[in-house]
Amino acid sequence: MNRFAELLDRLAYEPARNSKLRLMTDYFRSTGDPERGWALAALTGALSFRHAKPGLIRNLIAERTDPVLFALSYDYVGDLSETVALMWPRHFPSPPVGERRDGGSEVQRNASTAALALATPIPNPSPYGGGDLSLTSVIQILSTLGKAQLPQQLARWLDALDETGRWALIKLVTGGLRVGVSARLAKAAVGALGGKDAQDIELLWPGLAPPYVDLFAWLEGRGAQPASGDPAPFRPPMLAHALDDADLANLDPTDFLAEWKWDGIRVQAVSALRDGANVARLYSRTGEDISKGFPDLIDVLRLPGAIDGELLIRRDGLVQSFNVLQQRLNRKAVTPKLIVDFPGHLRAYDLLADGEEDLRALPFSERRVRLEGFVARLGEERVDLSPLITFATWDDLMAARENPDAGGAGADGAAVEGIMLKRREAPYLPGRPKGPWWKWKRDPFIIDAVLMYAQRGHGKRSSYYSDYTFGVWTRGEGGDELVPVGKAYFGFTDEELVQIDRYVRRNTTDRFGPVREVVHEPDQGLVLEVAFEGLQRSTRHKSGLAMRFPRVNRLRWDKPPGEADRLERLESMIAQIEAGRTA
Amino acid sequence: MRPEDILALTPAGLCCKRGSFHIDPTRPVERALITHAHSDHARAGHGAVLATQETLDLMRLRYGENFAGATQAIGYGESVKLDAVTATFHPAGHVLGSAQIAVEADGLRIVASGDYKNVADPTCAPFELVPCDVFITEATFALPVFRHGNPGGEIAKLLRSVSVFPDRAHLVGAYSLGKAQRLIALLRNAGYDSPIYLHGAMEKITRYYESRGVALGELRLARGATKPTLAGTITICPPSALNDLWTRRFPEPLNAFASGWMRVRARARQQGVALPLVISDHADWDGLTATIAATGASEIWVTHGQEDALVHWCGARGLGARPLDIVGYGEEDDASEAEE
Repeated sequence: MNRFAELLDRLAYEPARNSKLRLMTDYFRSTGDPERGWALAALTGALSFRHAKPGLIRNLIAERTDPVLFALSYDYVGDLSETVALMWPRHFPSPPVGERRDGGSEVQRNASTAALALATPIPNPSPYGGGDLSLTSVIQILSTLGKAQLPQQLARWLDALDETGRWALIKLVTGGLRVGVSARLAKAAVGALGGKDAQDIELLWPGLAPPYVDLFAWLEGRGAQPASGDPAPFRPPMLAHALDDADLANLDPTDFLAEWKWDGIRVQAVSALRDGANVARLYSRTGEDISKGFPDLIDVLRLPGAIDGELLIRRDGLVQSFNVLQQRLNRKAVTPKLIVDFPGHLRAYDLLADGEEDLRALPFSERRVRLEGFVARLGEERVDLSPLITFATWDDLMAARENPDAGGAGADGAAVEGIMLKRREAPYLPGRPKGPWWKWKRDPFIIDAVLMYAQRGHGKRSSYYSDYTFGVWTRGEGGDELVPVGKAYFGFTDEELVQIDRYVRRNTTDRFGPVREVVHEPDQGLVLEVAFEGLQRSTRHKSGLAMRFPRVNRLRWDKPPGEADRLERLESMIAQIEAGRTA
Repeated sequence: MRPEDILALTPAGLCCKRGSFHIDPTRPVERALITHAHSDHARAGHGAVLATQETLDLMRLRYGENFAGATQAIGYGESVKLDAVTATFHPAGHVLGSAQIAVEADGLRIVASGDYKNVADPTCAPFELVPCDVFITEATFALPVFRHGNPGGEIAKLLRSVSVFPDRAHLVGAYSLGKAQRLIALLRNAGYDSPIYLHGAMEKITRYYESRGVALGELRLARGATKPTLAGTITICPPSALNDLWTRRFPEPLNAFASGWMRVRARARQQGVALPLVISDHADWDGLTATIAATGASEIWVTHGQEDALVHWCGARGLGARPLDIVGYGEEDDASEAEE
């Protein structure tokens, strides 16, 4: 338990993905079976036992501590589990309080020898304590324990562990480690033991069970590769490169098919038969199984095969904006009401498998024909075909990209974020090969805004002011004033970051913890050209607007802040967007 | 005779009228007895200062030659008679030279303990229990959630991290006086014998510790080192330097912070710390309560920190207790010395 607690503790504080990977790989390398396998199960959410409720933890601590001291402590720490982990009473006495000295004799001596006798040295605990208690035994006991026995068992464990151990145990038994590690990241870390990547582990995963002894044996070269037991596996997706207008001159339009680039999330919908029953799964682009969030779609995936497509929300025959999709993605519980209000929809653009047949080696033009047949055979309203765009020249396509509504997307034009170009002859290749697929995004929205506040970044950027709040002008009570409209923390080069950082430090007008206010007057300040993908109304922001995907496009050292854009310009952009959607 | 007739709170801090002196006054006074050299307890500008030799030396390093009108050194276990009052200095185990001051008059003994800890520290004399009638205690970590544990375990955690990330530089934020040197000594005790790098602000005080016989092994200034040579090394710096421009000389710096505050996750996260190390020079909850009980004092005065919890604890044990509201304690801050 102690090494596992140490790992969770480090992961919870470590912001960088690569460092998290390194910490986990180090753990898997230096910990034996079956302990590490149970840790992998905990990190990937593969454990199932009855979780303890916070109320149980609260009762346990109430039986053991002074209520006033508990209230003061809880108030200070701010988190119940952590407070309990920290103030759980120790079962050995306090450390010694130094040598008693014979001082002046006239002082009344009421120091009790009993108090000193209590102060025997504490045993030297290991950094994470917990003695011999293993994660393995905790999990095995938890999976067989009756509800009535849980409090007593938990108390015994808490007695045996130290602060970090108790914190980790409470996380484990209440469910949800929340240390900033996805299942995929944990799989990548375990894969690194044997030079494999997350993908290799994902493919085998459904056939594996904790504590994964055969997986570790294979990764360490001591055993055979475990068999993939998954009839409906994830297949690594093919990705596109961004296209500049200039690239077009070197490409022949007759080599390509074009389709809309939808503003949803890329998914893989896989269905297969196992023992006569249908198994269906929805995977994200990175291979996370997101089936649980979309039972409405899972229900209709009855035809064995693997569709590559876009997950969208479609109401009354109309594709909704990404903003609407996000409202469904953000919800934890999938209620019947959520399904009715935010109906899931799959827009299919490729077919990777048809029944048992792997289609990935076929040219795209052939896969497209198979896809059309497959979607027609499926005959489900929730799954439709992403249409091809008819074009003869690049100019035709450019016109369609500027005006998707007229270019064939019709009423769904507002949900188009660009065009995909796919080479007719190209097989389906995992990764991001250069040449076969291009994404040609619509031009972003651009405004000139004024830097108002800068905040220090994290990790490598912790000494740089790298997160920028910017604003535009609006009419205020005392004349024109800047209102914040967004925050951007990328888009600039490393060199530009150094320049902005220097500017922020030299032009600070106030400080609030890690945030600096930067001078922003009509004749003094820094103008940022900000690019963004969309705009929506928001009650959360003072400006009433929220930008999608804002980034710093260019630094306008040349432009006086007084000439930056006004809120009215954003208002007219949003009016235009809204008009487009209902057209 | 009431204890308040011997020591009372005034705007300048704890004052002994009958002996015409203050203890750790927060503004300039005629005669000051100083428990230790941290800036919230030891200020410049007093007429005369009585303290241990180490405390006087450290004050001189921080404030310059003329930090006080006159100084007088006193050793542990030694007493001075100040008018009708006797003051005796005893080790407090907090930092080098730190002392508790026992003030006695008319058969009544009050111990002003300053800041203290009752656990081993290779860089200073161990805390000595002084039985007394009134015990004045700090309360920096006076909540039951603060239990500092074994510093050796925290050092092991740091060394393990250095071995997992040999290409990164580990920066450990630590207060310049006391914590920094204790950390180095703990690393040496754990068998770490590579050079340890120092932020420039740490240099003078650390060299002073060495001159007092505290062995710290090979120390180098980070200032002179090139970026590649700092990979896989440990550098000790003031906490405020952790997010400073200064860190850019290091390859992929990994921020650690050695402090009792690191026990609480929100505190560590607030400061952007990736590797919190729970190592404190103050007594933790168990240390405070065990010490209070062992002094045998029937009355406890509680200064800076979480007074409420400690006063409540005393009350539940039938001890008279009250908070002493001294403005300005608990603010040992090294922001001013962060810029190298």
